[in-house]
Amino acid sequence: MYRYDEFDHQIVGERVAQFRRQVARRLNGEMNEDQFKPLRLMNGLYLQLHAYMLRVNVPYGCLSSKQLRKLAHIARRYDKGFGHFTTRQNIQYNWIKLEETPDILAELAEVEVTAIQSSGNCVRNITADQYAGRARDEIEDPRVWAEILRQYSILNPEFSYLPRKFKFALTGSPHDRAAVAVHDIGLRMHHNTAGEPGFEVLVGGGQGRTPVIAKTIREWIEPEHVVSYVEAILRIYNMYGRRDNIYKARIKILVNALGIDKFRELVDAEWEQIRDGLLKVAPEELQRIDAYFRPPEYEQLEDLDDELGRLREQDAAFGAWLTSNIIEHKVRGYAIVNLSLKAPGKIPGDISADKMDRVADLADQYSMGELRVSHRQNLVFVDVRQADLHALWRELDALELATPNIGFVSDVIACPGLDYCALADARSIPIAQDISRHFNDAKQLQEIGNLTINISGCVNACGHHHVGNIGILGANKRGKEFFQLTLGGSSDENASLGDRVGPGLPQAEVPAAIERMVDTYLDLRKPDERFLDTYRRIGMEPFKEVVYGPDGPKKRHP
Amino acid sequence: MMALIRDGRLVEDQFVGVADDGEMPDQGPVIVSLARWQSESEQLLRRGTPVGVRLKSDEHPEVIAGELGQLAVVALEFPVFRDGRAYSYARLLRDRYGFEGEVRAIGDVLLEQLHYMERVGFNAFEFDSDDPERAFRIASEDFSAWYQPAADRRATVAQLRSKKRPT
Amino acid sequence: MSQMIIANRLVDGLVVFMTAAGSWAESIADGVLIPDEAPDGDESERLLEVGKDGERDCLVIDACLIEVEERNGVRTPTSYREEIRARGPSIQAEVN
Repeated sequence: MYRYDEFDHQIVGERVAQFRRQVARRLNGEMNEDQFKPLRLMNGLYLQLHAYMLRVNVPYGCLSSKQLRKLAHIARRYDKGFGHFTTRQNIQYNWIKLEETPDILAELAEVEVTAIQSSGNCVRNITADQYAGRARDEIEDPRVWAEILRQYSILNPEFSYLPRKFKFALTGSPHDRAAVAVHDIGLRMHHNTAGEPGFEVLVGGGQGRTPVIAKTIREWIEPEHVVSYVEAILRIYNMYGRRDNIYKARIKILVNALGIDKFRELVDAEWEQIRDGLLKVAPEELQRIDAYFRPPEYEQLEDLDDELGRLREQDAAFGAWLTSNIIEHKVRGYAIVNLSLKAPGKIPGDISADKMDRVADLADQYSMGELRVSHRQNLVFVDVRQADLHALWRELDALELATPNIGFVSDVIACPGLDYCALADARSIPIAQDISRHFNDAKQLQEIGNLTINISGCVNACGHHHVGNIGILGANKRGKEFFQLTLGGSSDENASLGDRVGPGLPQAEVPAAIERMVDTYLDLRKPDERFLDTYRRIGMEPFKEVVYGPDGPKKRHP
Repeated sequence: MMALIRDGRLVEDQFVGVADDGEMPDQGPVIVSLARWQSESEQLLRRGTPVGVRLKSDEHPEVIAGELGQLAVVALEFPVFRDGRAYSYARLLRDRYGFEGEVRAIGDVLLEQLHYMERVGFNAFEFDSDDPERAFRIASEDFSAWYQPAADRRATVAQLRSKKRPT
Repeated sequence: MSQMIIANRLVDGLVVFMTAAGSWAESIADGVLIPDEAPDGDESERLLEVGKDGERDCLVIDACLIEVEERNGVRTPTSYREEIRARGPSIQAEVN
């Protein structure tokens, strides 16, 4: 993991002091709310329904056990004893006081954690594949570039008052777990025909009111040029992005308006001027940062297929967990372990301070003191010895962190929704709870297989419902909550946006509608087809029929 | 009070801002809009005193890039402090077009944005403050290390790191 | 139907209701009720102005009028969103 040097500490410390002054100037009236709001947003502080919400960055999803303990401490001391992991690998606290925020930021800075630019019209937390550096299918580890871009983008004086927010995602695997296709800038590391590693640069993806799949602006660029190329894109966006309408201000709107070819022309012309300047990544700096991401000392171990097979037979619950929550590690004898925060009835992404401390202890004991935050609002241990899997499973199971559902129907992604968020139209958490309670049998989950459900409480789509295999969008009609379903979304390398199923349903009918659609899939699927594959093959009609047709759940409720 | 800070000091503004339909003073430095500059540049230069041009946030400085040698001041307007286009305009004026005159921030200019403005190339600021020099000094001391290169040519952290490395 | 003034307190973001004295209380029961049939229809305007003073005095943010009603003897905002603000989230967070 990256470790701060004296310069990083100095900058972060100065930022905390600056915010402390800004808070004082707000509280004594020197600044009004209009003047203060962008400043507090750029330090991670939102005003929500009940209190301030603080969003803390987890850069590209990487956390140490020491940092996690501090996050637990913050939850305990300054909040109500829990935190919420988000779809952008961040953590949010819902009950924060403005006057305590500078102290919170100072405490976080002690362990090299910040909330800098986690909100605001600037470059936000840079996210990456949660298995980066460890997955067997990975071509290149993108984290060193995520860190280089992080340092480039934070406290960037030219790009802190963009037309709107700006989000990056990086992947180094052909199987895209970072949803790069729905980010403002997506970076896919891969090799060119000469076998050299570099980036495909995608631009203008996004969700929200106008979901768009990103377009490729450049097929391949040398890594040393990625920062200057990003600067060219940011500069064009800063100058030409719309400022008249906040709903039309993202870069996706600009790219659509100009067309990708014209947009590319502008960016390339700008880039030509700056490509060989100070933004070219110096080899020594690259080496310095790269050293932090070198793989740890692994033991020489064998894969334990036989042993695990035996344990699997003895204990069905352990077997189910192996099937769904364990991912193949690059190194023989090791495994990547997903900690599901989605036990039946749980709030997706939420975890108590006590559990955070326990997870930190387990990370120390089983995973070299580090962990990851996944976009699915779960946690990940990326360096677990296969020999330890059974023991770890027992511990996680006792903590309700071993539900065998990663990527399955009860691994629901949900935004906080109207229970917390000032932007929301409807509550998303109760639906997620209903679904996870309903689909709580391990065999059933495996039978259904990969099926992502994403819930957003409003059109801002923080639950990423557009890219869920089943998307659920909450809306408000005449004071009542209605939920619109979409089908066929996907955030991976074959990204697609979901299609609307039909008119919104009342909350009570949503679980039944999902059940009906899942049954339809089970009836009509071909071997090896996931839900998404079957949908893509047979289309909307069979699913629409079971929800809205004469025998659909709508008709069964009087 | 409205004040002009230039290069860190409170100064008298010798420039008079002239509206598009305003009468040009007989003498003395003036700042005019882009439109007025474009239609009257010859007359303005013939007056023999420094001229400045005021750009709105949707007026890109490339339109005057070729004439910068004739201008003493380019004033970039912030209609609202959140409109960040002028940060890029200032950067281009300095780094791309090589402008060495005064780049002035006008409009909704507030203490909390001064540091970034200075980094990207502004060296003059029109803003409202009881103690403008102090306000500017507070802002400019916000940070003493910087990750990115900017128009201010301060050493970046990467450069400082490389200096510290044993060779 | 009656109205009240709701806001978020500046220092801690908590939901507060304006009282008759122009101060801010955390409990909806302590807030001043503006009856719909107030003799001079400018009462809500006047009280909202007092609320805006609270913004100017750096006590609260976003002071605004909301509609409330009696439901089972309890004073409740009519809109579901404001009801959640008054009562807290509809779900119970896990805190251990």
